[in-house]
Amino acid sequence: MPEIFVCNASDLGEGNVKVVAVDDREIGVIRHKGQCYAYLNRCPHQGGPACEGVRMPKVEAVLNEERQFFGHRFSDTEDHIVCPWHGYEFNLDTGNCIGDAALRLKRYDVVERQDSLYVVL
Amino acid sequence: MDMFANNVRDLATEEFDTSTLLKNAARQADARNYDDLFIMDVDSHHYENESFGQIAEYIDDPTVRHLALSKAKIGGGRTNFQPSQIGFQDVGGRVTRYTRRKTEQTPPSPHRDITLARRWMDAMGVDMACLFPTPMLHLGMHPQVEMEVTLARAYNRWLYETVLSEERRICSMLYLPLNDPDASIRMIEEFGGKQGVVGFMVTSTRYRPIFDNAYMKVYRMLEERGLPLSFHAGYNWFDQSMSQLNRFISVHALGFTVFNMIHLTNWIVNGLPERFPKLKVMWIESGLAWLPFLMQRLDSEYMMRSSEAPLLKRRPSEYIADMYYSSQPMEMVHNRKALEVTFEMLKAETQLLYASDYPHWDMDLPSTIYDLPFLSKQGKRNILGETALKLFNIEPVWSEKKLRAREAKARAAGVGAEVGA
Repeated sequence: MPEIFVCNASDLGEGNVKVVAVDDREIGVIRHKGQCYAYLNRCPHQGGPACEGVRMPKVEAVLNEERQFFGHRFSDTEDHIVCPWHGYEFNLDTGNCIGDAALRLKRYDVVERQDSLYVVL
Repeated sequence: MDMFANNVRDLATEEFDTSTLLKNAARQADARNYDDLFIMDVDSHHYENESFGQIAEYIDDPTVRHLALSKAKIGGGRTNFQPSQIGFQDVGGRVTRYTRRKTEQTPPSPHRDITLARRWMDAMGVDMACLFPTPMLHLGMHPQVEMEVTLARAYNRWLYETVLSEERRICSMLYLPLNDPDASIRMIEEFGGKQGVVGFMVTSTRYRPIFDNAYMKVYRMLEERGLPLSFHAGYNWFDQSMSQLNRFISVHALGFTVFNMIHLTNWIVNGLPERFPKLKVMWIESGLAWLPFLMQRLDSEYMMRSSEAPLLKRRPSEYIADMYYSSQPMEMVHNRKALEVTFEMLKAETQLLYASDYPHWDMDLPSTIYDLPFLSKQGKRNILGETALKLFNIEPVWSEKKLRAREAKARAAGVGAEVGA
C-alpha cells in the first residue's frame, strides 16, 4: 500500500490539521487528543471540506429514570468531526455520519514512523 | 512505497478566506464545466449590519440619523436599532464562517461586500447574484412603521450607490416597506428603473395581511411596470405559536415556511392572481416541501368551500404552480422520488430558480440542481439561470472567470483548427 509523507510528527500539534493534496484528492490529517486520524476532505453531503472544521464532543440529552429531560451535556467519550459548510457531524473514530448511517467520510490509516507521519492510501 | 503529496496545507497557520473555504465548490464547478452554463443565484446575502454606519448616513431624517449613528458608534450593547431575533445560525461555532469571516482580508476597494460576493460567486460558478440583507429581514416587525420606511430607504439608497452601481454581476429586489403602502409606492417610483434593481422584496415576517385593500395600488404598480414581487421567508421565535418550540432547529424549520404559507394562502384564497394576472410573484427561502402540502390542502378545502374563494377560476394548486420559487433550502435529500414529484407539481423546469442563500448556514451549491437525474438538460439551464433572466427581464452578465476560460478554449480550438488545416 503506498504511503504519503505528510510531515514530521512533531509538526502536527495537538488539535491541528494538515491537508495533503494527492492527485485530485485532499486528505485531512488530524491530531486530536494525541491520536492521529485521516479522512478524505470531502463531505458526502455537498462536498464541503469536512476536515477543515471543528472537532466537538457529541451532545447528549440527560434523562432521569422517569424519562424526564434535564438538559444537554457534552460526551466524555465520543468526539465528532464537523463539516464547516453545513455542520454535518461525523464520528471521529469511524467517520460515520451522526444523522445518517448511510453516509460516511472515507477513512485512511495513519502511520507514525521515525518522527514522520504517513497516510496509507 | 512512499509517494509525495502535491501540497500540504497547515490549517493552524492558514488565514480565513472565502475562496479557500469554497475550493471544493470550485472543483465541482470545474468538474461540471459550468463555463458554458449561465448561473444566477436569486437569493444570496450580505451582512448589511457590518456597514450600518455607512447606511445610517443615508437616513434623511436628521434626528433618526443621529440615533442611528450613535448606535453605530456603540456597535452592540443591550439593545438594537431594529428588531432582532434569538438565533444560533452558526450551530454553536460548527459552521465556521460565522466566526471567522470577520478576519477575512479584503482590499480597500471595491466595497468589501462586493469583494466577498465575487469570491463566493466565482468559487461556485455563479455569474449573477440577487443580494439581500440579513438582519433587516426582521425589519417588518418594527413597531414604528415610519422606522421601517426610513431604514428601508436608507438601505436601498446605500445598496444602489455602493454595490449595484459598482458591480453589474450583483442585483437586488429592493426592500419594500409594505407596512406603509404609500411609502412602498414611492419606493417603487424612486428605484424601479435603476441599474441592478430587478424587483422588490417583502420580508415575510410581518403581521398585516397581504390582502389588505391598501396594498392593491402597490401590486398594480408592480404589475404595470413588469417588476416581480418576492416574499423572503424568515422566522419569529416570539410568535405565540413558535414560542412553544424549544430548539432553534424547530423554529427555523417551521418559521421559514409558516409565514410564506400564510401569505401564499391569503394570496390565493383572496384571488390576487385573478386580480393581478400579470404580476410575477416569487417565494423565497421556504424550500420546496411545503408546496405539495399546501397545494393538496388548499385544493381539498376549495372543492368543498369554493363559495369562500369566489374569485378563483381554477384550483389553488394551479395558481401555485404558475408562481415562482427559489430552490433553497432544498429538502428531501433522502427521498429522491418525493423530490421528483415535488418538482413536477410546481412545474420546476419553468418556475423554479436556483438560490444559494450563501453565506448562511444552510446554503446550497449549484450542483444540488445540476446533479438531479430527472431534470432535462434545458430544465437545468432554466432553473440555474435562464428562468431568472426571463423573470427579471435582464441580460446576462457572465463572470470574468468564465469569459476568460471560454476565450482560452476558443483560442486553443482555433490553434487546433489551424494545425489540423
